[in-house]
Amino acid sequence: MGGTEQHTLVVIGAGPAGIAAALAAADAGVRVTIVDSAPQAGGQFYRRPAAGLGARRPQALHHAWGTWESLNARLQAHIAADRIRHLTDHHVWFVERLETAFTVHALVGPEQTDPDTVTADAVVLATGGYEKVLPFPGWTLPGVVTAGGAQAMLKGGLVLPGRTVVVAGTGPLLMPVAAGLAAAGATIAAYIESADPKSLVRHASTLARNPAKLAEGAQYGAALARHGVPVRMRHTVVRAHGTARLEAVTVAALDAEGRIRPGTGRRIACDTLAVGHGMLPHTDLAETLGCALDGVRVAVDAEQRTDVPGIWAAGEATGIGGAVLSLAEGEIAGHSVAAQLQGTDPDPRGWSAAAKTRSRLRAFFAAIDTVYAPPAHWPESVTDETVLCRCEEVTAGEIREAVEGLGAGDLRTVKLLTRAGMGWCQGRICAPGVAGVAGCPADTARRPFARPVPLGVLAGPADTEPNRHH
Amino acid sequence: MRRTPLDLVRAEPGPAYTVTFDGREIPVLPGQTAAAALWSAGITSWRTTRRTGEPRGVFCGIGVCFDCLVTINGRPNQRACLVPAEPGDVITTQEGTGHDGRN
Repeated sequence: MGGTEQHTLVVIGAGPAGIAAALAAADAGVRVTIVDSAPQAGGQFYRRPAAGLGARRPQALHHAWGTWESLNARLQAHIAADRIRHLTDHHVWFVERLETAFTVHALVGPEQTDPDTVTADAVVLATGGYEKVLPFPGWTLPGVVTAGGAQAMLKGGLVLPGRTVVVAGTGPLLMPVAAGLAAAGATIAAYIESADPKSLVRHASTLARNPAKLAEGAQYGAALARHGVPVRMRHTVVRAHGTARLEAVTVAALDAEGRIRPGTGRRIACDTLAVGHGMLPHTDLAETLGCALDGVRVAVDAEQRTDVPGIWAAGEATGIGGAVLSLAEGEIAGHSVAAQLQGTDPDPRGWSAAAKTRSRLRAFFAAIDTVYAPPAHWPESVTDETVLCRCEEVTAGEIREAVEGLGAGDLRTVKLLTRAGMGWCQGRICAPGVAGVAGCPADTARRPFARPVPLGVLAGPADTEPNRHH
Repeated sequence: MRRTPLDLVRAEPGPAYTVTFDGREIPVLPGQTAAAALWSAGITSWRTTRRTGEPRGVFCGIGVCFDCLVTINGRPNQRACLVPAEPGDVITTQEGTGHDGRN
């Protein structure tokens, strides 16, 4: 941080948390660069059709579109005034700690081959989350997609994966996914939720403090009813059938312990299965920086600071809780960054509304988390032939052999013995499945880089990189 | 007629163009990724795995899982869900690593 120079912040991620952090910091006079992998701002939640698709009513695929419009108007005003710079198509793979600053290393463009760097006094990690999918026989068939993936392809490309869709798994994300696919013309053959949302009544007081979330749920429920979607609670997908692609799924009822009730299996013809079992935070960049984690999420204090000075985190990287919570956390992070960089005392009164929203929604999602859990005995349905690591094609049988035959007792040993988690995705997709089948804890992976990096980029001298920003 | 995603958002897309997939011409709307174009044409797999030759296509849809890898203009290992389809692109099924055989 030098003398009279204006202080700079780099925000990684242009979803709700990243945009809110950038706006709050820029409003306070900090120069902000947003670095994001997508071609346009919004993140996964506010993913919009590409401009060339000419969508005149993008809000038809969205909840609370007005919030996005006002955020985007503020963002565009800051960009026009040169207070915020937005670098699109920048895939960050590493954040380097310098003596008093940080350099963010990114790969540019969808092909991710050309390097670019941004140096700043402070960093907000708003890296979001990704979907967790637990394995079951047939889950690698084309036509089986993640629930969030089906939604992303619909919101961004205006396409459907097929005509007859089963939406399955657990968690509140399944509702907007099913409602969106139905509105866009897909037939939802069944909505299969393994949890029993009736048990939410145990959290009545938390729910009562979140009427907007309840109304949102009721809206989706009404939409599913309007489209005549058959809804099955305490059911699960046992198997996906097909040869070259998905043709049907078998679903079955669960008992109170989360075991499949014998004799309840039923085959449903479909060309698409949209499946998900909750979300996981993206923590790679935080971990390489040495930020402490709290379980699977980045640990932060009341001002959204990590334990590494100069690094803040906000949004789903710090715990799954949706767009409104992310906006609140981002806003608090942006205020805190500005105060710290400008050497003023942070004034929590400036973000008291956001702080209230944050504690209310964190309590809500903690309640949601206790209700929407995958069936306790899901690994028992995973046959030995089922591929668990989709990249390296490692089967459940091979994982079980590593544990029972070779004595592996943790994910790292399982990985070294079987290659599960060593492929392109670096275990992001298979880690929960492998851990469940192996019976060991799903600890985080500590990846050195957040995405694959060409060797030429790693070997190239840092000071000759093109497009270096300051 | 069945409602489409384009109807839902009242899309007025720019003029369509074509790419080829394994020699077959398929239409693309401006701004669509390779994966979106392939889905629109009813195609759901465009890779075979290295070990067992199983078909794969989109899984996560947001660039995390690498299941949707495909060969575009002779270059293998492109994530179809991220890469925009450009006019005249030659998209081919990626067999295994994409570095052996016909790719």
